[in-house]
Amino acid sequence: MIDTALHATTGGESRAMAWFAERAKWRWPEFALWIAAFALAFVFPSRSALFNEVAILALFALSLDIVLGYAGIVSLGHGAFFGLGAYVAGLLAKAGGGAGLYSDPTFGLLVAAAVCGFVGYLTSFLVLRGADLTRLMVTLGVALIFAELANRMAWLTGGADGLQGVLPGKILGLVEFNFMHPEYAYLYSLSVLFILFIVARKVINSPFGVSLRAIKGNALRAGAIGINVNRRLNGAYTMGAAYAGVAGALLAQTTAFVSLDVLEFHRSADVMLIVIFGGVGTLYGAIVGAAAFKLLYDLLAAATPQYWQFWLGLILVLLVLFVRGGIMGLVSGLYARMTGKGETP
Amino acid sequence: MLTVLFDGIAYGMLLFVLAVGLSVTLGLMNFINLAHGAFAMAGGYIAVVMMQRFGLSLFWGLPVAFLVTAALGAFLERTLYVRLYDKPHLEQVMFTIGLVFMSVAGVDYFMGASPQIVDVPQSLDGNIDFGGVSLNKYRLFVIAFCAVLTLALQLGLSKTRFGSRLRAAVDDSRVARGLGINVTTIFALTFAFGSGLAGLGGALGAAIFSLDPQFPLKFMIYFLVVIAVGGTTTITGPFFASILLGVADVAGKYYTPTIAGHQIQIGGFVIYTIMVLVLIFRPQGLFGRAPGK
Repeated sequence: MIDTALHATTGGESRAMAWFAERAKWRWPEFALWIAAFALAFVFPSRSALFNEVAILALFALSLDIVLGYAGIVSLGHGAFFGLGAYVAGLLAKAGGGAGLYSDPTFGLLVAAAVCGFVGYLTSFLVLRGADLTRLMVTLGVALIFAELANRMAWLTGGADGLQGVLPGKILGLVEFNFMHPEYAYLYSLSVLFILFIVARKVINSPFGVSLRAIKGNALRAGAIGINVNRRLNGAYTMGAAYAGVAGALLAQTTAFVSLDVLEFHRSADVMLIVIFGGVGTLYGAIVGAAAFKLLYDLLAAATPQYWQFWLGLILVLLVLFVRGGIMGLVSGLYARMTGKGETP
Repeated sequence: MLTVLFDGIAYGMLLFVLAVGLSVTLGLMNFINLAHGAFAMAGGYIAVVMMQRFGLSLFWGLPVAFLVTAALGAFLERTLYVRLYDKPHLEQVMFTIGLVFMSVAGVDYFMGASPQIVDVPQSLDGNIDFGGVSLNKYRLFVIAFCAVLTLALQLGLSKTRFGSRLRAAVDDSRVARGLGINVTTIFALTFAFGSGLAGLGGALGAAIFSLDPQFPLKFMIYFLVVIAVGGTTTITGPFFASILLGVADVAGKYYTPTIAGHQIQIGGFVIYTIMVLVLIFRPQGLFGRAPGK
């Protein structure tokens, strides 16, 4: 364990604690970002449907950032958990018929997280067996199997027609989803994102998160100093899967619809792009990347709806060739220059 | 039954020609090139343009498709790919997916989104009767062509000086470099040749599978399956893997068993499951040797 390694030297403990405390400290740009995000619902209530999509995308990207940015697992099939979560929440809300426990949105999120976490835990063993290329193919293969399953099990999922009659109940038994007031859905999604973000931030800055960084840096050496590499990676993958499931569940609840689209390949590719775009292994990169992605999509798709993919591809290529670290890389560079300090979390 | 087998083998042979370049370059440079299908698509569209705009026959389209995509591959390798060899896999994946997206939208822009219809040359149109089984002439041509190509590849790899250098480089590029083999040049040549083969396969296959701008995305998974099952250390591995995949894919479309009252089309399902299982139990591929590194 890394914490015992740190404890070994006298005085090491207090130094380690101070280090963790320093990392966990909130900085002003973070407060500003969250306040702005919540304020958006009241300033532009009519655009809240779009903001809601951004919040869901951000949570999905956050889940991949845990898997990719911290555990270092290159996954081309993260959409599998997003889709699974969406179907779990959708089916639950359908079974509840708009009232009772099954239709309770919070309950839906919890069940989606549990199911996806469980499936993520099981598949993590398959994924961790290979190196990068094998992982890529296994994750892609698992996602394809899920998509194929949902397509074949039309009696359950509605197949190509999509799942009809998804009726989520009142949020916390108080507020009803209302298509006339998309800001309710946005505030709901944003609150879930906020809570899960705080949890992720805590986890990443805990000894567990630091050991993940050690593994990503050099798995062999991390193993040599006593970190159980595979167990940590299983944990991170499970967490990422559960988060992705919650993101999918949010989509199902706020749009009251689930279709096969949630399991398509482009979901996995898009979310990967968002994480790279925002900055891998930064947590905030997921949020900034999701907002930038949606904004770009709106701009470019409005200009040339059919050829938006071209610009997407060009951005990817240029990003890899010239911009290391994504948007957050640029931002933290600026921040460091402004405050004269080192890295931001 | 025999028709299924025949179609499957023709399809598998095509897949092999399409994927073999990827398997060799992947084994050689450990570079994840998801854009390989884009080269195949380029070859297909080059053949289509030559036939439709200039009225040339497919026999002219094949060599031109090969040469142009090989040149394209060499150009991209020297200008862009070479910068990414020592980058992490993630960046390689993002970069090549970016190329795929660009090629998909670019082809859509210039050629339209609808599938291209390719006329088979007059001499290869229709079926011939072979011992009571009716065989499609064009597919027969594809099988013969690919078989000759495979033999030539195998001989070239095992008998020529370039082949032995290439094999040495794939086995252990570091030691090969130490022995004075110019791995960079070998890789550039192999990459260009592999891209050319993909283009040739795309041109050959345009008449069999539908050629549309989504081609690189659709076939990406097939290429990955071929490599996952066949391994990257030999070319016989991907060859058998391609044939297996081709037959399984065609058979999966023909047979729809009924399980518990539901008619199940097994198609893609079986293929993905097999891929995942092979990756788990034999990460080096069914036919591959365990890596010596």
